[in-house]
Amino acid sequence: MITKVLMPKLSEAMETGKVIKWLKREGEAIKGGDVIAEIETDKANVEIEAFGSGVLRKILAGPGAQVPVGELIGVIADPKEDISAVASQPPAAPAASKPGAVPVSDRPTPPPAEAPPALPEQETYRSEPATTSVVPMTGAGAAARPAPAPAAGRVKASPLARKIAGQAGVDLRLVEGTGPGGRVVRRDVEAAMAAPAPAPAAAAGLPTERPPARPAAAAFTIPPRPEAPHEDMALTPMRAAIARAMPLSKGPVPHFYVTAEVAMDRASRLREELNALDGQPRVTVTDMVVKASALALRRHPGVNASFQGQAIRVHHHAHIGIAVALPQGLITPVLRDADVKPLGRIAEETRDLAERSRAGRLRAQEMSGATFSVSNLGMFDVEEFSAIINPPEGAILAVGSVLEKPVVEGGQVAVGRRMKLTISCDHRAMDGAMAARFLQDVKRLLEEPLRLLV
Amino acid sequence: MATMTYREALNLALREEMRRDPRVFILGEEVGLYEGAYKVTQGLLKEFGPERVVDTPICESGFTGVGIGAAMLGLRPVVEMMTFNFSILALDQIVNSAAKMLYMSGGQFPVPIVIRGPGGPAAQLAAQHSQSMEVYFYHVPGLKVVRPSTPADAKGLLKSAIRDDNPVIFIESETLYAVKGEVPEDPDFTIPLGQAVVRREGTDVTVVAYMSMMYRALEVAEELAQEGISVEIVDPRTLRPMDQETILGSVRKTHRAVVIESGAGFAGMGSEIAAEIQEEAFDDLDAPVERVTGENAPMPYARNLELLKTPSKAKIAAGIRKVCA
Repeated sequence: MITKVLMPKLSEAMETGKVIKWLKREGEAIKGGDVIAEIETDKANVEIEAFGSGVLRKILAGPGAQVPVGELIGVIADPKEDISAVASQPPAAPAASKPGAVPVSDRPTPPPAEAPPALPEQETYRSEPATTSVVPMTGAGAAARPAPAPAAGRVKASPLARKIAGQAGVDLRLVEGTGPGGRVVRRDVEAAMAAPAPAPAAAAGLPTERPPARPAAAAFTIPPRPEAPHEDMALTPMRAAIARAMPLSKGPVPHFYVTAEVAMDRASRLREELNALDGQPRVTVTDMVVKASALALRRHPGVNASFQGQAIRVHHHAHIGIAVALPQGLITPVLRDADVKPLGRIAEETRDLAERSRAGRLRAQEMSGATFSVSNLGMFDVEEFSAIINPPEGAILAVGSVLEKPVVEGGQVAVGRRMKLTISCDHRAMDGAMAARFLQDVKRLLEEPLRLLV
Repeated sequence: MATMTYREALNLALREEMRRDPRVFILGEEVGLYEGAYKVTQGLLKEFGPERVVDTPICESGFTGVGIGAAMLGLRPVVEMMTFNFSILALDQIVNSAAKMLYMSGGQFPVPIVIRGPGGPAAQLAAQHSQSMEVYFYHVPGLKVVRPSTPADAKGLLKSAIRDDNPVIFIESETLYAVKGEVPEDPDFTIPLGQAVVRREGTDVTVVAYMSMMYRALEVAEELAQEGISVEIVDPRTLRPMDQETILGSVRKTHRAVVIESGAGFAGMGSEIAAEIQEEAFDDLDAPVERVTGENAPMPYARNLELLKTPSKAKIAAGIRKVCA
C-alpha cells in the first residue's frame, strides 16, 4: 500500500512549511510511527511521523524546500509497488468544504446509526449523554441536534477523516461529525482545520507592541527624524503566527478576569518534601497548578468548555495547554488527560514537553487539542498578570510568582507565601460566578495540597 | 470506425478471427443453419462451411466436452451457449476439465476455448433464464470471465478471448444485442483481458457497474449531476482477472464507492469488489462501500415483480446519495 507523506497543517495560520531535513533516506525501511523528517512551521520545528509502513520510496521535497500545506513531500510504499501515479501527481492542498455543502447547523439531524431503518421513529432508542454535553443556546435548531459527546469511547470517523486529522494534528474527539450517525467525515476535519486558530497562550514575558496611539490632532505632527536610532527586525515565523493569531482571540472573544490569592505555604513545603525524595521527578509549581486546575475542571465542567456558535461544547477530558516561553516567542504544548494523571507523571511529561518545545522536537499532535491553558510567569518575579485565551478554549489561568508577604494569621502578622492566580474567561461560554467557584476550588486544592496526591 | 450493433460486432470478431486462424471453429446449438438463436453467427456457415461451424445436438455437457477435447489437441473452439443458463448442464466440463486441465497435466494441456452466449436478466424470461451466471464462473481458478458492455468492447474482447490460451467465459446480454456503437474495423483491434475502463469521469463517488447496470448508472449519474453529485463510472469489462488498479485509483480520487450488480447480492461481484476496496484503500474511504444489488430471490416472470427484483434507477441513486451523505 502507498502512504503519502504530506506537509502537515499545524495551525490555522500555517500556509507553508519548510523541510529542515529528512531523517530517513530514500530506500530505507519505515515502520508506522517512525520519525521520518523535521519540518519548520511558522510556530516551531516539528517531527513528522510515518502513518504507514513500507519503504521511503521517494522524497519530493528536499531540505530547505518551502512546501504548501497538504502537498506531497514523500511517498512510502512497498518496495515493488508502482508509485508513479502518486509521485507525479501531488494532491491539492486540503480545500475548504465543498461549495454545495450545507452549513453544519442547517443540516437535518442524522438518524442514529444503530436504529434499523424499518423501525418507526418512536420505537427507536437513542442514548443521551448523562451529563451536560450540550447546552442549548437558542431555538429549536440547536436543541434538536445532539452534540457528540467528545469524551466517552471511540470516535466514529471515516478512515479518510482519520488519516487527514492525523496528518494535520486535528483531535478527532473535538470535531463534530456531520456524516451518517454522527460520523466524522472529511469535510468535518477540513472544517475543523479552517476554524479559528488555537493561538499561543498569554503574553508570556514579552512586551506588547502598542499600536501608535496618536491623538486626533493631525495638525501637530512630529517630522520624522532620520537620525532616531532604531532597527527593523524581520518577523520570525513564530512571531508572525502569534501576530496573526492574537487579534483573533482578543478581538472577538469577550474576556473577563477573576483573580484570587492562594496561600502556598503548605504547597511549598510539600513540594520541598517531594523533591527531596530519591528517584522521584522534580515537581514544579506549574505542575501543581496544572494538577489542581485539571481536578477543578472536572468539578466545574462549565469552565472546561468551548463556545461553538450554536452550542457550548463541554469537554470530558482535561487537556491542559502549558505555555512555554522560547527565545523567538512561545508555544503551548498539550498535556493530555491531566485530571487522571498522578502529579509525578504530570511533572515528567511537562518537563519532556517543555524540553522538546525548546529543542523544536514537538510532534504535531502535541501542539493542539487543549481544553484549557496554564501560563506561569512566576519565575520572572511577577505578582500577577492576565493572559489571552487560546480559542477554541474557554479559559486560561495566569500564574504569578510565589512571594513572601506579611499576612495576618490569628490576629498576628506573620510571613506567608502567597501566589496570585488570574483566570481569563470567554464570557460567551461562562460567567463570573462560575469562574470564581472554579478558582476557589483551585485555591483549596493548592492550600490543602495533599488533595493533589490522592 | 463503423457504427454497428453489439450483435454485428460479435459476428465481425468471429469472422475476423476465423479468417486469421484456421484453428478457430464454432460449435453449439443452432449456430449453423439457423445462424444462431440470436443471429450472432449469421453468415458464418456460408463463409466457413460445416467443418468450422458445427451444429450440435441439444446436449451442453457433450458439445462443451468436445470443445475442451479439441482445445487440448490444438484447436481453438468457440462454444456457443444458446443462453448461459444452459451452461449449468456443462458445469462439470467447464469447472473440472477446462479450468483445471493445464494445472493437473503439469502444463501439458492448455485449453484455449471460448464459451460464449447471452446471460443476465432480460425481459420476462423468468427464473431459469434470467440468471447472472458469471458468479458461478469467476470463483473458479483457471477461468477468465468477460462481460462486455459495448459493441466495441464486444469485438475487442472476444478477439482477445479467442487468442487467449486459457478457457474464457464470455457472457453477452440479450438486452444489449441491438445496442449500437462505434466499432474499430481494424482486424488487429483488440482489448486486453483484465483492463477496466472509466466510462464517465467524476469527482465525488466511484460507481462500479457493467452491462445493463452500467448504462443505468450512466443515466443516474446525469440526474445526480443536477444535485451537484459528480459520479465516476468504472466498467471492469473483465471480472476475472479484475483490473483492481483502475477501480482503486478511482476510489482514491473520489473517496467513496458504490458497486452495482443485477444479480443477487449475497457473495456477488459487489462483495468481492467491496472487500478489495476496503483491503487496499481503507484509508482513502470517507464512507463505507455501498452495494446496490438484485434482490435475493429467483427472478419473477411478472413484469412488475421483475422490475422490483433488479436494481432500479431509484435504488442506484439512493445508494449513491447514501455514500455521499
